[in-house]
Amino acid sequence: MRIALFVTCLADTLFPAAAKATVQVLERLGHEVVFPPGQTCCAQMHINTGYQKDALALIRRHVRTFAPYEAVVAPSGSCVGSVRHQHANVARAAGEPSLAARAQDVATRTYELSELLVDVLGVEDVGAWYPHRVTYHPTCHSLRLLRVGDKPLRLLRHVRGLELVDLPAAEECCGFGGTFAVKNADTSTAMLADKMRHVLDTGAQVCTAGDSSCLMHIGGGLSRLGADVRTVHLAEILASTEAA
Amino acid sequence: MSRTFLGMPATAPRGVGQLRGDEAFPAAARKALGDDQLRRNLGHATATIRRRSGAVIAELPDWQELRAAGSALKAATMARLPELLERLEERVTAAGGVVHWAADANEANRIVTDLVQATGHDRVIKVKSMATQEIGLNEALEAAGIAPVETDLAELIVQLGHDRPSHILVPAIHRNRAEIREIFLREMPGVDPELTDDPATLAAAARRYLRETFLSTPVAVSGANFAVAETGTLVVLESEGNGRMCLTLPETLITVMGIEKVVPTWRDLEVFLQLLPRASTGERMNPYTSMWTGVTPGDGPQSFHLVLLDNGRTAVLADEVGRQALHCIRCSACLNVCPVYERTGGHAYGSVYPGPIGAVLSPQLTGVADNASLPYASTLCGACFDACPVQIDIPSILVHLRNQAPHPRAERAAMAAAAYTMDRPALYARAQRAAKLSGRLTRLPPPLSGWTASRDLPEPPPETFRDWWARR
Repeated sequence: MRIALFVTCLADTLFPAAAKATVQVLERLGHEVVFPPGQTCCAQMHINTGYQKDALALIRRHVRTFAPYEAVVAPSGSCVGSVRHQHANVARAAGEPSLAARAQDVATRTYELSELLVDVLGVEDVGAWYPHRVTYHPTCHSLRLLRVGDKPLRLLRHVRGLELVDLPAAEECCGFGGTFAVKNADTSTAMLADKMRHVLDTGAQVCTAGDSSCLMHIGGGLSRLGADVRTVHLAEILASTEAA
Repeated sequence: MSRTFLGMPATAPRGVGQLRGDEAFPAAARKALGDDQLRRNLGHATATIRRRSGAVIAELPDWQELRAAGSALKAATMARLPELLERLEERVTAAGGVVHWAADANEANRIVTDLVQATGHDRVIKVKSMATQEIGLNEALEAAGIAPVETDLAELIVQLGHDRPSHILVPAIHRNRAEIREIFLREMPGVDPELTDDPATLAAAARRYLRETFLSTPVAVSGANFAVAETGTLVVLESEGNGRMCLTLPETLITVMGIEKVVPTWRDLEVFLQLLPRASTGERMNPYTSMWTGVTPGDGPQSFHLVLLDNGRTAVLADEVGRQALHCIRCSACLNVCPVYERTGGHAYGSVYPGPIGAVLSPQLTGVADNASLPYASTLCGACFDACPVQIDIPSILVHLRNQAPHPRAERAAMAAAAYTMDRPALYARAQRAAKLSGRLTRLPPPLSGWTASRDLPEPPPETFRDWWARR
């Protein structure tokens, strides 16, 4: 299958390892990955901070960039959530029904990585090897916007050498929330403190998730604590093999 | 209506009632976060209610269908609200009640005060009611020399403590029993000076005081959970029996009800009376459900007044996205699952409506400019949407209101610059490389310092993904 990678601005700029891993997993499974060069950002930050007018140009760009592809994948539940649940609404509210229709069309072909692997490609065992104790944080937008359910866990359970440990209160938000982390820094930090306590309670060496943004938040907090737990994107675990 | 207006309907007036806080959410939240006792009380109470509610909801195989039915009934009601309200007025009047229309808090307070004064009494007993808190009725009555006595135990604790409620359903959720004992000793008329902080003893003290008050006060003020248009029947749900006392013992009953509480038919209650107790108190059936239709000779209050309150609701109804907030049945399930509310408590929201529903309702009732920080008091985690028994899409309304909120000038400029850059891939790639050259930052300047106060920034990678892809 020919799959267009929607890298997301965050992974592109700060967490390229997650995006490279997405490419590696899909190529290892025999698929062709292409990178449409006109892409930048899905505009979620603008939409969620209250700048729909600014977001419109970015939505237009995103739709134009990805319209030609049969399948689009992103290593982020949150960005896919924006494409699927916000783009058409913002376009409609701006009085652009034809853009809304095209955005809806792109949205139906855009998948978060675990959705693409399990639902579209029908794979749960991607042939990965990762000999570490790992806990999984189901990010809010994967969980409640996309309803990915246990797809990431099914993928992780097939990774050889991986010991999966349950995260207590897993479904509670880590406190990131985009600009919430800055606008309401104290409340965000209080939520983060509880999330970190739960992560540390598992004794895991690695905390994983399907979103670099939430991992940046949790990882930034753990780093400040000097804790011996790393945050690693789900794609990087799935890309890891005994050979490499 | 007392005024004729053209154009957009009015929002709730300033200077009356409790819909606006003294400070913005982040500052108010900071104080609450520093109160360890408050956070322990809140964490314990919300976890308990979540567990109870979750257990009784899991018993129903058709919970999701009930939610969808509740949502559809509310949407259909809002679509013909004027007609249903006039029908309600007609039925209540035919049953011997008197209906008053109040455009806003000031008008509602004036109507109720005049009605109480006309009875010649200077004390009223009250059933817990969000609408009367919203309009500041107690303060208005006190200013007119009338003493309102709250008869719900938690509301009584809040009233005696000269405090403000912090939860829709459990208004004294921020108080523990030692604090309650102190409040009773200090404020409750005729209290036993040997009072202990044993919960049963505290409840008994309140019961003794309230019984005397019920039996000696001939005027009551209530809110309403529902009003049935086809029959003119008012419905109040409560758990302590205090409401039943207020609704049956007095000679005069005055009910203040938000106009969105009307339901078309008696049968619609079938859905809501299943949804509300399970979502709110975690009970299968509500303990005390009182229903009355106008006046019944020789039985219950012989004088009944219904005050229909707008106070910004018509303005909410005019907003295509925001109007869902009027579907709220005040169960408070969204508060109990909200990770922000659980840590900040209700006072941080500045309004009688706290938590996620407050963050979408208060700014709409007052106009977003008067509550500009509330739509941002959420991570958009979506837990509230899943918990709502009438499926109000709170995250989408929050995003919608953020788009209407006034934005700080610097943020506006930064967002415009970011959008400009992100719409130009070559410029965007140059900006990415420039960010990388600056190396790892340890402290960001305000307003971004909120991030680096408690979290490290990631190490910039040696190359961006698109640079890696280009040389691949």
